[in-house]
Amino acid sequence: MTLRKDLAIIADWITPQSRILDLGCGEGELLAYLRAEKGVQGYGVEIEEARVVAAIRRGIPVIQQDLDQGLRNFADHSVDTVVLSLTLQASTYPRELLLEMLRVGREVIVTFPNMGHWHARWQLGIRGRMPMTDVLPHTWYDTPNIHLCTIRDFESLCHDNGIAIHQRVVLNERRRETWRNRLLPNLFGEVALYRCALMAR
Amino acid sequence: MPAEIPADSVGLVIPQTVTFSAPLELECGRDLPGYTLTYETYGTLNTQRSNAILLCHALSGDHHAAGYHGMDDRKPGWWEHLLGPGKAMDTERFFFICANFIGSCKGSTGPASINPETGTPWGLDFPMVTVRDWVRTQAELADHLGIAQWAAVVGGSLGGMQVMQWTMDYPERLRHAVVIAAASKLTAQNIAFNEVCRQAIMTDPDFHGGRYYAHATKPRRGLSLARMIGHITYLSDNAMRTKFGRDTRGGKAFSFGFDVDFEVESYLRYQGSSFVEHFDANSYLYITKALDYFDPANAFGGNLAEAFASTQAAFLVISFSSDWRFSPERSREIVQALYTCNRDVSYAEIEAEHGHDSFLMPIPQYVAVLRAYLGRVAEEVGA
Repeated sequence: MTLRKDLAIIADWITPQSRILDLGCGEGELLAYLRAEKGVQGYGVEIEEARVVAAIRRGIPVIQQDLDQGLRNFADHSVDTVVLSLTLQASTYPRELLLEMLRVGREVIVTFPNMGHWHARWQLGIRGRMPMTDVLPHTWYDTPNIHLCTIRDFESLCHDNGIAIHQRVVLNERRRETWRNRLLPNLFGEVALYRCALMAR
Repeated sequence: MPAEIPADSVGLVIPQTVTFSAPLELECGRDLPGYTLTYETYGTLNTQRSNAILLCHALSGDHHAAGYHGMDDRKPGWWEHLLGPGKAMDTERFFFICANFIGSCKGSTGPASINPETGTPWGLDFPMVTVRDWVRTQAELADHLGIAQWAAVVGGSLGGMQVMQWTMDYPERLRHAVVIAAASKLTAQNIAFNEVCRQAIMTDPDFHGGRYYAHATKPRRGLSLARMIGHITYLSDNAMRTKFGRDTRGGKAFSFGFDVDFEVESYLRYQGSSFVEHFDANSYLYITKALDYFDPANAFGGNLAEAFASTQAAFLVISFSSDWRFSPERSREIVQALYTCNRDVSYAEIEAEHGHDSFLMPIPQYVAVLRAYLGRVAEEVGA
């Protein structure tokens, strides 16, 4: 079972035998891997009908729910890790969702497409068009992605809300980690991956 | 009447009965001196006996979940859309059993049966039966049929309550629980509807304290009214608007009287009067009481997660957006409790406009979810 590079990094960050919640789990590929390979007990949360069916067919416990309605049904600290993979930018209340995730889990893993990437900057800054990339393949008028941000934006949100960043990995457009990504992540990173937790008070 | 039986139907089925002669100690504290269950089966039990699925029926349902009893049947069984060869509940892979519960009037022992002590129908002397009692009788049926563990127990509405009770009372005897359009307890509004239905029956002059059998009559008006009320609550506002709107019967002008003007009135009267022909009023009283009493969390100080703590099954919970009698919120409570006690649970909230009755209908997303889940179950049990 091989996972897409960004999912493989998330899988590496998950503790074996832990309990997780995968928000916007899609067809459940990450959870299927984690259940099989790491003995993880996990639930997916997904709104889209066909994906719910696909996850069920995979044998993944999946709860059909709209993330924009919050996570009230999940108790405080009821899981070890809450994962939000390439979904933050599609949520109506990203800040509230992030804080809810930090309430439900000890740790959160968040990944998102970086709008600071040189290709996006090129499209907007030079060509004067809304960016379209392989992680953001939609036209501006037909996109679920309504809250796009850059790596610097996200880190500033964390800073302002008492969220500690424990680890960050930035991947380029070929889903690789290179020295350029490390040196200038906000320019060369196309996908950003974070492990965060609430700062100790 | 089917001119010929459709290829995706289980076809002609013959109900079977089994009588248990040992007294059954009921939750209410009284004993039932033996009882009969009427049931149907569909599909074939495999040699490992691992592919059996129990279906639990709802208030006005019975053991006849699919197929036909004869070539002049007007309608097939109540879950015909979902149950049959190649359907979401696939009789080519699983062996399904559906038993009429006691207290009903469709072949299993109930208030219209003869009380062996008096030689006359029980009437309201029939002991109160509960969801827990039904599950116990179903377990006895499983023993009788040599089924140690169900691949799944599946039910909608009151049937879903039986499924939950199964997971609590016999945790090791089922692998999967499919709880559809159900609730872990009725709301006050829901009990209120049931009470109005019961009052309609019991205040009918032909009720005779439940002994109407001896008077060769039955509380037709009361039972018919109960069914009409029930029917309104099983449909959504939208579904009624779409189906009837304000259409008058035959497009006629208003009569300016109290006879039927609107299509919806005609429909309800028909539903009420036809129900009376095939349902016993006392059974309606007993079954609605069983619904009202169901509340497994009550023994745990209202904590549903604790009630589920002893369960072992994996769950699929399904609700329907327009169901206001057993609303999605009630299903979410079940899911939340199962999440809290670490059970594997999947939840699907189906967009549907038919209200509570949606669980009987072949809504594509509903069918897809059931098919996907039971497909996994089939792989797991080698069906």
